[in-house]
Amino acid sequence: MNQTRSNIWCVLKREWKGYFATPVAFVFIVIFLALIGFFTFSSQLGQFFEREEASLSSFFTWHPWIYLFLVPSVGMRLWSEERRQGTMELLLTMPVAPWHTIVGKFLASWAFLALALLLTFPVVFTTGYLGDPDYGPIVCGYIGSIFLAGGYLAVSSMTSALTRNQVISFILSVVICLFLILAGFPPVTDMLIQWAPGWLVDTVSSFSVMTHFFSFQRGVLDSRDIIFFLSLIGFCLFTTSVILRSLRTN
Amino acid sequence: MIHVEKLVKAFGPKIAVNRISFQVERGEVLGFLGPNGAGKSTTMRMITGFIPPTEGQVRVGDHNIIDQPIHAKRLMGYLPESAPCYPDMTVHGFLDFAAEIRGIRGGDRKRAIHRVVDLCFLESVLHQSVDTLSKGYRHRTCFAQSIIHDPDVLIMDEPTDGLDPNQKHEVRGIIKRMGEKKAIIFSTHILEEVEAVCSRAIIIDRGEIVANGTPDELKNRSRNAGTVHLRIGGVSGTMVREKLQQLSGVEHVTLLSEDATHAEVSVKPEARESGSLGEQISDLIHRESWRILKLNRQEGRLDEVFRDITKPDTIKEGGKAA
Ligand SMILES: Nc1ncnc2c1ncn2[C@@H]1O[C@H](COP(=O)(O)OP(=O)(O)OP(=O)(O)O)[C@@H](O)[C@H]1O
Ligand SMILES: [Mg+2]
Repeated sequence: MNQTRSNIWCVLKREWKGYFATPVAFVFIVIFLALIGFFTFSSQLGQFFEREEASLSSFFTWHPWIYLFLVPSVGMRLWSEERRQGTMELLLTMPVAPWHTIVGKFLASWAFLALALLLTFPVVFTTGYLGDPDYGPIVCGYIGSIFLAGGYLAVSSMTSALTRNQVISFILSVVICLFLILAGFPPVTDMLIQWAPGWLVDTVSSFSVMTHFFSFQRGVLDSRDIIFFLSLIGFCLFTTSVILRSLRTN
Repeated sequence: MIHVEKLVKAFGPKIAVNRISFQVERGEVLGFLGPNGAGKSTTMRMITGFIPPTEGQVRVGDHNIIDQPIHAKRLMGYLPESAPCYPDMTVHGFLDFAAEIRGIRGGDRKRAIHRVVDLCFLESVLHQSVDTLSKGYRHRTCFAQSIIHDPDVLIMDEPTDGLDPNQKHEVRGIIKRMGEKKAIIFSTHILEEVEAVCSRAIIIDRGEIVANGTPDELKNRSRNAGTVHLRIGGVSGTMVREKLQQLSGVEHVTLLSEDATHAEVSVKPEARESGSLGEQISDLIHRESWRILKLNRQEGRLDEVFRDITKPDTIKEGGKAA
């Protein structure tokens, strides 16, 4: 147990330092904050001010879409880069179980995304300064957002194991994440309901990150939502390990 | 320490490694030779647990690499073929990571890093980022990583590739010294290296072991191993040839050149010759009071043996088809 933890921690630390060894981390955070600020405060899109309500719904609404491109750009290098550089051979001949390295690398990127998200704290302050928001939904919204990022990231980890080409890995994971959005995106489900039975549409949309992400914003932590994201992450990381194993076998 | 038993690796229909078995004990340095694509790297990858074998067993220490990979990997250091390093790290950061993931902590880690930095002459690039290193330094960094935990078993895929002559010499020295206490396997295309470092060598061709022995044994399989050249003054070539031919253990004597002043011959021993031939020739020279102008005995040459037993593709394929 102890061994497992220290292995994961060691891989995590290395990966984390990797982000800050180059300006990539900085550039990413700036782009993320700029985009999210633009969407939230834009008078056309988020209408944060126009709504005149002390909530962050105009802020969170955009997360699934912004993450759609930014999370795969963080996750695409996870395994593609290891494969391209050949360091995978090094890492997987170290005395650690492959899943330690998968989890370690995943957690490092997740922590990095969480850091970027936490840097949006001025939005919360602004809301608090302008009005009197209910902090419950805000905290839950942040938690949901972190889980959402984790879900996308796990998908990216999986697609990055598939190829040593980062561009392909990026595109694949955008496509999969887009599917995870659209399956529960109201305009799409509204259209589906016209010709598909209701139970089917509900089943499909229950696999969507949208359904679960928005339920966080109501200010309740529903265990079903948390379980959804955790199983998405678990499933994708497990698939990553299967892909890596089959790569080595042949 | 390393037991490899009937190891097979198939990539689809292609058999890269075909029933290879050998053992390496502590104190041995095993050289892995073979043409490009023979299956050296594939074998090493299976021993180090990077790729699972299609068939066969690998045991390192008391651990099977499939059943107890972590225990087996703990005993091993591995330098992969392309000497991969994380490009976004500094040399120190990389070695620190390598030591930490192998469970070396605190003061031990500092000492371990210090030791390999000294050994591999990395002091001058210690805080340089890996992706700005020259090829040789990157290779040395990866080599350093493989010995940072002072492993009992060391697997190195072309450890001297890309090093300058001084560094090659240095690395051979390190391998040789470490070989006294460890079990080492390394692959190389440099045959002198085998003679300089290895206690035993294996030649692999198309996934199969075609020769296995000490460098001397292998050299003796050379066509011209043990052939004696003689240049004798003031005698007739035919007479010299006849006398030499009568010695036991002589396969045949060739008259190379002859004129009024001297005769030159080469004496090829029989394959099973016991080694007394030199003595016999020396006695003969003494009895006949020949005036020797030149006398030498040819050592076998590893590159000849290598070429003989690992024929280029075209020849073998042609032979098979016929
Ligand atoms: N992942 C793979 N998929 C398919 N074939 C492979 C794979 N890896 C190796 N091979 C094949 O297996 C054979 C042995 O390759 P290997 O790398 O072991 O050769 P080698 O002896 O190390 O050669 P070199 O001296 O060039 O390093 C080659 O024919 C190679 O094409
Ligand atoms: Mg090779």
